[in-house]
Amino acid sequence: MTSAKPMIELKDVQKWYGDYHALRGINAEIRAGEFFSLLGPSGCGKTTLLRTIAGFEDITSGVVMIDGKSMEDVPANQRPTNMVFQSYAIFPHLSVEQNVGFGLRRDPRTAVEKQKAVDEALEMVGLKGYGKRAAHALSGGQRQRVALARALILKPKVLLLDEPLSALDKKMREHMQVELIKLQRQVGITFILVTHDQEEALVMSDRIAVMFEGEIAQLDDPESLYRRPKTRKVADFIGVMNFLPATVLSEAGGKVDVDVHGFGRATIDAAQVSNSHDGATAVGFRPETLTLLYEGQVAADREAPGTVEEVVYYGDMTYYDVKLDGVAAPVRISMRNVFGREVLERGARTRVAWAPGALVLFR
Amino acid sequence: MTSAPRPTGRPRSQASNGYAMIAPPALYALLLLALPLATVVYLSFMTDGPGVREVIRTFTLSNYLQAWTDPIYRALMGRSLFVSTMVTLFTVVLAFPVAYFVSFHVSPSRKSLWLFLITIPFWTSYLVRVFLWKVILGYNGVVNSGLKALGIIDQPLTWINVNVGAMVATLAHAYAPFAILPIFVALEKIDRSLLEAGQDLGESRLMTFFRVTLPLAMPGVVAAVLIVFIPTVGDYVTPDIIGGGKLPLIANVIQKELLAIDNMPLGSAIAVSAMLIVGTVSAVFVLLNARFLKVKK
Repeated sequence: MTSAKPMIELKDVQKWYGDYHALRGINAEIRAGEFFSLLGPSGCGKTTLLRTIAGFEDITSGVVMIDGKSMEDVPANQRPTNMVFQSYAIFPHLSVEQNVGFGLRRDPRTAVEKQKAVDEALEMVGLKGYGKRAAHALSGGQRQRVALARALILKPKVLLLDEPLSALDKKMREHMQVELIKLQRQVGITFILVTHDQEEALVMSDRIAVMFEGEIAQLDDPESLYRRPKTRKVADFIGVMNFLPATVLSEAGGKVDVDVHGFGRATIDAAQVSNSHDGATAVGFRPETLTLLYEGQVAADREAPGTVEEVVYYGDMTYYDVKLDGVAAPVRISMRNVFGREVLERGARTRVAWAPGALVLFR
Repeated sequence: MTSAPRPTGRPRSQASNGYAMIAPPALYALLLLALPLATVVYLSFMTDGPGVREVIRTFTLSNYLQAWTDPIYRALMGRSLFVSTMVTLFTVVLAFPVAYFVSFHVSPSRKSLWLFLITIPFWTSYLVRVFLWKVILGYNGVVNSGLKALGIIDQPLTWINVNVGAMVATLAHAYAPFAILPIFVALEKIDRSLLEAGQDLGESRLMTFFRVTLPLAMPGVVAAVLIVFIPTVGDYVTPDIIGGGKLPLIANVIQKELLAIDNMPLGSAIAVSAMLIVGTVSAVFVLLNARFLKVKK
């Protein structure tokens, strides 16, 4: 699906708005045919970076290359990119097919061929037969499809998506996530998605750049990002990460011995160690890497005693906040509600099974 | 008036509440607009009597026949329409860039200041502003005395003060704010991402203007056209003051027929005819507007 050839190269891209440093030296390569996400909280510069690639923002310094060509002095209308705007930016004075065919004005093809292309684009996004409708009469999901068709009909090298799913309700959003992935595989175009929704980024992307305050904090594939976040901030932003204070005891041969408060001693592989220096030494672990032990069950590796402090029931899952003995802050543990396993009450004593392999050491 | 249900009987319906609220202006409109209008229509079918303000109550169509066939009235109506068309054209064409500038190039925090500045001419009476143009363009006005002082001319130019051009300039100046504001509002409503989308889809700024901005601003342009066109057709102050009575428009002749000449039925017939013509032209624009509004969200 992806090749090594970079479609977009960003070299030390800087952007100042007056005194505000919006992009602080962005370096990244986005591969051809890749589904790439820019993920971060609002104000982190992800949309600015997308608009920089589209040509709507001038950069203060640095280089933006698309398909091997520098985009310096290339205006938005001459770049091989097309954008799906957050608001979809559907022209309200035009019909659906006029919207989709908007960019074909200078296309040398005949009117009949263009109409065929428009029909095909509408069919691709599942809006066959909607061509004559007024654009303003469409639902949110349909508008988004029109915006997609309008961009993809021009066969851009890169499709830019600015939080395209944020305006949709949950069901529709999940549906469109899958559709977008399928569409991307079908057309083979490089997609760059801007989102603040970490789940969306994990579901859809081949690779994700997590951004904070105008910088890329980590650029990785979803699994690495989730399992081996490089900083506490990234770990916090992607999903739920529990932190327990820890003390490093010794370090040798790619292994680090730590004393984890509440758990006890553990040996952590160097690959699971993050030297980000963005806080006190701690180990982090995801809620699903821990298991509550019921009576008669024995931990495969290690276990620690604790008390259930809070129970959040989700139907398929239950989240428990468990206070481990000797630790002030509770840790969150998720358990699947399999048949026959009772949901624990608040205040219940319990034992937590854990394994050193699931821990990430931040120091 | 209260919207809470009364303790006894049924709560007053929304509709009757609404009627009660619009009753005073409705009464006002009926007495001061509908009744006089009906009187004018009625008079236009009557016959002129020999006495002052005397009307013989015999139904006739001859007033209309005269109004529509007499070359004088046709010429005056033609001149009126020409003047108001020119005024509308100039006003709207000149107002658009101003509205565009304020909407697109003035920072949001300064927009209200700009709008305030645009409405400053309203602080001066319309009559005074018309006189101002007479002072500028008059026989011994600013332009003529200025040119004389500079030795460019010996005799005052007469063609600058008594002509259609002077009238158009005066009216266009007077109505400029009326045209700027609706266009500004229409431009403000345009989602800026639409303009970016236009460029993103390969169009230059200029083509994006013609394919996106202008069509979306049309409701404002049509509103401006109506706001300027309708009152200028009926204007009679400017031709009197600027034209010095030598270039009457249709409103001046209606005034003359009704008062000086004392032919109320004929004056009424001309007034009704003028109203029908303006009404027809306006209806065309309203329909155009509806077409644009239909596709707007």
